[in-house]
Amino acid sequence: MMPQTERSAADGPQETFVLNLGPQHPATHGVLRVKLTMDGEYITRAEPVPGYIHRMHEKMGENRTWAQFLPNTSRIDYLSAMTYTHAYVAAVERAARIEVPLRAEYIRVITSELNRLSSHLVWFGAFLLDLGGFTPLLYAFDDREKILDLLEGLTGSRLTYCYYRIGGVCNDVDEAFVQGTRDFVAQMRPRFGMYRDLVTDNVILRKRLEGIGPISAELCRRYGATGPVIRGAGVPYDVRKVEPYSVYGQFDFEIPVFPEGDCMARYRVRMEEMAQSLRIIEQAIDRLPAGPVMAPSVPRVLKPPPGDCCFAVEAARGRFAVRIVSDGKEIPYRVKLRTPSFSNLSLFEEASRGMLLPDALALMGSLDLVIPDIDR
Amino acid sequence: MMLSLPQLAEAFGQLLRNGATRPEGQAPEHPGSPGAANLAAPATACRLTDYALKGYHLDVTVSPGEVVSAASLLDGEGFALDAITGLDWMADGQMEVVYDYFHPRNALRVVVRTRLPRAEPVVPTISTVFPGANWHEREAHDFFGIRFLGHPDLTPLLLPEDADYHPLRKDFALS
Repeated sequence: MMPQTERSAADGPQETFVLNLGPQHPATHGVLRVKLTMDGEYITRAEPVPGYIHRMHEKMGENRTWAQFLPNTSRIDYLSAMTYTHAYVAAVERAARIEVPLRAEYIRVITSELNRLSSHLVWFGAFLLDLGGFTPLLYAFDDREKILDLLEGLTGSRLTYCYYRIGGVCNDVDEAFVQGTRDFVAQMRPRFGMYRDLVTDNVILRKRLEGIGPISAELCRRYGATGPVIRGAGVPYDVRKVEPYSVYGQFDFEIPVFPEGDCMARYRVRMEEMAQSLRIIEQAIDRLPAGPVMAPSVPRVLKPPPGDCCFAVEAARGRFAVRIVSDGKEIPYRVKLRTPSFSNLSLFEEASRGMLLPDALALMGSLDLVIPDIDR
Repeated sequence: MMLSLPQLAEAFGQLLRNGATRPEGQAPEHPGSPGAANLAAPATACRLTDYALKGYHLDVTVSPGEVVSAASLLDGEGFALDAITGLDWMADGQMEVVYDYFHPRNALRVVVRTRLPRAEPVVPTISTVFPGANWHEREAHDFFGIRFLGHPDLTPLLLPEDADYHPLRKDFALS
């Protein structure tokens, strides 16, 4: 493997050419286009061109009631729908001063963490597929299938969950879900050891990722990058710890941080994070309180008092924040969706400068992009 | 490094006082914006807010000319840009620009906002301070038609490349 080098004009006359990556390309995981200016195999400039699946969710938010916008929020990052609906319902609950029952908060944490696991498993399979390893995808999707079955039994959906409600969750968990989740935690734990032995410790993978695509903590800060990207740059920033929401403050879990800032560090953050999610799920299932799962007094027609408020959650890809503005009517005045993939991709142009094209694709895969999360 | 909220509020208070003492007519707030003259001087304020109710700790209102110094102040304190968005107050004839900031190492959230005349919404870019602002400002230009002076490239980011409409303006008709 050739070392990553910076080319400059001083190296001699350059002849660059433009290479179009996407918008239909498997490595971009959806319809993202990247306009590459290449100097041989090296990238001089990589300009992402998003917007191919822009759906104007924020305008849709302004022509339906507060509750009717909820299904939209599960279709932004379709791999992390639970956390996205969580941010939206929690923002409306904050604006309308609705108290959520404790049992509902526990169920939200359990289902959000299951969703984080299923999202990371898709990333794990797809990322290794990007790097040329096909088999891990089959194992990852086998594990993920168990989560999707559990969540389908509870919510009726396998991907675009609309299970949370303003004031709680729409139906209580049953014994089958509780037992199924316990069984899943027990089955999933030993899988990490297998993934470590077969994938993480694989010398080909390590040569492909170590030292590749360095992203510093300062670069993350200047671009607002969050999630595993900033934690892979040594910053322990996780909304679940920094701005504890829901009942996350009641659980014992760690925030995996790796200081190297390369693709391997981001890989390791997500792998460790999955084990931490299992810890949270286990504690929440063991301590699941009894009681109702919906607040008793949520008005049929919701009219939050005039004003604005924000709510941020730690989604699978980083900080997802909803900013809502109410003018006291039953329809939102404004819904702003701050999505992690948007900011995480915005640093790609600076981070990929001077890289070999195949390494830049490893870098892009390590950002774990979901394109509708960028385009909204 | 622990940054305290009162210190930050004091720093903003200082910034706003300096802005208030600036003689009228000097330091044009938005050059090229004749509508600016008609607008009453925007109220500046720095308020501590209840995080449990708002989701942020500090709410700062600045004049359009001060968004860059506000961004520099927060940049110096280690903040990161969360998002930039517009807010169309059509009935008031104003366009609000809202800058959300978070801190990667402290639990501190700051909102900086400013109001522009809706007919000619022009504000300086902060992409010189936070390169991440580049895309957020392009998006706000797409959706609201807010022009960011000094921005390197305001071509549509999420809308089609030939888009000449701004869908989040309240008078944009849904067919």
